[in-house]
Amino acid sequence: MNNDSNAQSSKASLLYDPVARSIFFQCLTVAIVAWLVYAGINNAITNLEKANVASGFGFLSDRSGFDVSQSLIEYTNDSSYLRAFYVGLTNTLLVSALGIFFATIIGFAVGIGRLSQNYLIRKICMVYVELLRNIPLLLQLLFWYKAVLGVLPNVRDAMQVGNIYLSNRGLAIPKFIPEAGASTIFWAFVVGIIATFVVAKWAKKRQMKTGQQFPTILVGFGLVLGLPLLALIVLGFPFVIENPELGGFNFRGGSVVLPEFVALLLGLALYTAAFIAEIVRSGILAVSKGQTEAAYALGIRPNITMRKVIVPQAMRVVIPPLTSQYLNLTKNSSLAVAIGYPDLVAIFSGTVLNQTGQAVEVVLMTMLVYLFLSLVTSTFMNWFNSRVSLVER
Amino acid sequence: MAQDRNHSLAYVRTDMVQDEPAPINSKGPIAWVRQNLFATIPDTILSIAAILLLFYIIPPMFRFLITDAVWTGENREACIVPGAGACWAFVDAKFSQFMYGRYPVEERWRVDLTAILLIAGTVPLAIPSVPYKKWNTIFVLVIFPILAFILLTGRLGLESVETSLWGGLLVTLVVAIVGIVVSFPFGILLALGRRSKMPIIKMLSIIFIEFWRGVPLITVLFMSSVMLPFFLPDGVSFDKLLRALVGVTLFASAYMAEVIRGGLQAIPKGQYEAGDAMALTFWQSMRLIILPQALTLVIPGIVNTFIGLFKDTTLVLIIGIFDLLGIVQLNFTDANWASAKTPATGLIFAAFIYFIFCFGMSRYSMYMERRLDTGHKS
Repeated sequence: MNNDSNAQSSKASLLYDPVARSIFFQCLTVAIVAWLVYAGINNAITNLEKANVASGFGFLSDRSGFDVSQSLIEYTNDSSYLRAFYVGLTNTLLVSALGIFFATIIGFAVGIGRLSQNYLIRKICMVYVELLRNIPLLLQLLFWYKAVLGVLPNVRDAMQVGNIYLSNRGLAIPKFIPEAGASTIFWAFVVGIIATFVVAKWAKKRQMKTGQQFPTILVGFGLVLGLPLLALIVLGFPFVIENPELGGFNFRGGSVVLPEFVALLLGLALYTAAFIAEIVRSGILAVSKGQTEAAYALGIRPNITMRKVIVPQAMRVVIPPLTSQYLNLTKNSSLAVAIGYPDLVAIFSGTVLNQTGQAVEVVLMTMLVYLFLSLVTSTFMNWFNSRVSLVER
Repeated sequence: MAQDRNHSLAYVRTDMVQDEPAPINSKGPIAWVRQNLFATIPDTILSIAAILLLFYIIPPMFRFLITDAVWTGENREACIVPGAGACWAFVDAKFSQFMYGRYPVEERWRVDLTAILLIAGTVPLAIPSVPYKKWNTIFVLVIFPILAFILLTGRLGLESVETSLWGGLLVTLVVAIVGIVVSFPFGILLALGRRSKMPIIKMLSIIFIEFWRGVPLITVLFMSSVMLPFFLPDGVSFDKLLRALVGVTLFASAYMAEVIRGGLQAIPKGQYEAGDAMALTFWQSMRLIILPQALTLVIPGIVNTFIGLFKDTTLVLIIGIFDLLGIVQLNFTDANWASAKTPATGLIFAAFIYFIFCFGMSRYSMYMERRLDTGHKS
């Protein structure tokens, strides 16, 4: 009797036991997911065999056979698909990095402008934010590309300032071809940056000890700009200048900034800046007014109050959403495919996919690159964020 | 004695001073200008720069959009006149295409009817004081999609219209609304999964959400349009629009999940415990206690997600579906209307439409945020 009731209760409790149920549901989920993956892969293998598409990544070493209009690394149509992949990747990174740089500057300026005492500045910044935020980025890109840059004059009637030409084929500027010793200038720049970090650390230590301030920013600027300049003068300008010349339907010589690149950069930077402006504004508003008043009560001047009291506190609020805007910008740079800038998606998911037909491998590789970039950026920003927010107890 | 003192202290006045008029620099338009535009020297410089900027931008823009614009015309001849501004005649001629795409003219009443049903469903839902929210929500989320599907594709005796004929604003709205409505239940499930105590379900949810949030929508669309067909069994094939919708929905679910998770986290623990104390099952306590509160809290977030999705629908033009922007762009190549001003005009028109939708929704989201902000958030 006793045994019997025990067995009954354990039987009932197995059905209503949270642990057992949770294990059962998890097993069920795993089974469903595994079945989906298995069926998908199975179908893919059959379909690929039927479509006569070779699978695997062997195609990467084949000759690409197409040209790319802009490339940071050496590339010809004899290069492999893998090389084309790198070209696309570097182009994406280039436009993202420059886009982030400009978007941050414009975004901070507009965000602070929205809180300005000046009525006109405030309203202009507001109109900027509302207008750019509420219009799709792709439309803006097409607008810059087709409606603004597309109606620039032909190469023949290019606008000219000195040796710089602006036409519908882009911006042609003189090219600096480095001669022997030019790399020293780059290294001087690197040394300048490192020296600035060392000076900043020393200056902070000294200020902590003695209270004396040191003009770190000015000295830093001097080091970063001055050292390469000094190297330039000492080496006697080790560059040959090649000016762009008008020839036929396009420019010969010089370097040309593609209109696609300009349109993409402009569109990305202006669009993302509108979002960054809102983040900056809310960040500054999030710092309580008492902080400003306390600083003024201590006799700290408005300029220094902003720099040393408001901004460090606002940064804590600003950084997490700022990170996601940087990631959005990087992901949005894939819209390049719509205006023909050779970024990763345009080259790889566009041309390479059309040529090889290996949709699965190509799309997966492209997705993984963006996933990797996202993870790296967010890891770095999390690290930075934890450093900034450590100021609290 | 008192008199003596009065005489010796010459500085004490014996009569009242006349009232002075209020200083002119604290009231009136001049004072306003001084305080708001020319308070300090840098301020003055900024103001002058701003005035110059406006002077440089607004008159040419006004001339381009209104005074110099071509309002009527049969073809490009009207717009290639030297000095002509925006070519509104182009928009006028193509307007119905921009709205319906190539949807058959005699069947367009179906699209109009769907739009009226949509407005009739969503407007009362958006106004907080209108009653019967529950039935209204069921109409918008369940009945309306079925009706819209019947009307648009043509079932139950209506003439069938292929999705390849759909276009313009119709496709934009279909993609955005289907994306948001379908991603809503998925988003709820994923958000609950991410907060679940079951490690495997939690991990799968996190992987799913972070994967879609980490890749650009355009690669998702490439995936669903070129890669997805390989993974389906033989004989099963989707049309192009449906494939795009699958991609958009997967993408939107991940974002929706994060928004809803925010709402779930904002619900105090006591609410969950209260559900347990009343011996409600997990799903009962979610349905009756947690989700009604959490979802109300995240209405602004959902609207913002919808705005993002609405703007992102433009990307479908890259995989060859002609949404509003796609069809505007397609018409640039129309030889009848090709002119230097056509792209600018078409894009400004499209921008205007997108702006009205997005700006309106963002204002609504701000209004709801203010309404929901009870001031005692933890």
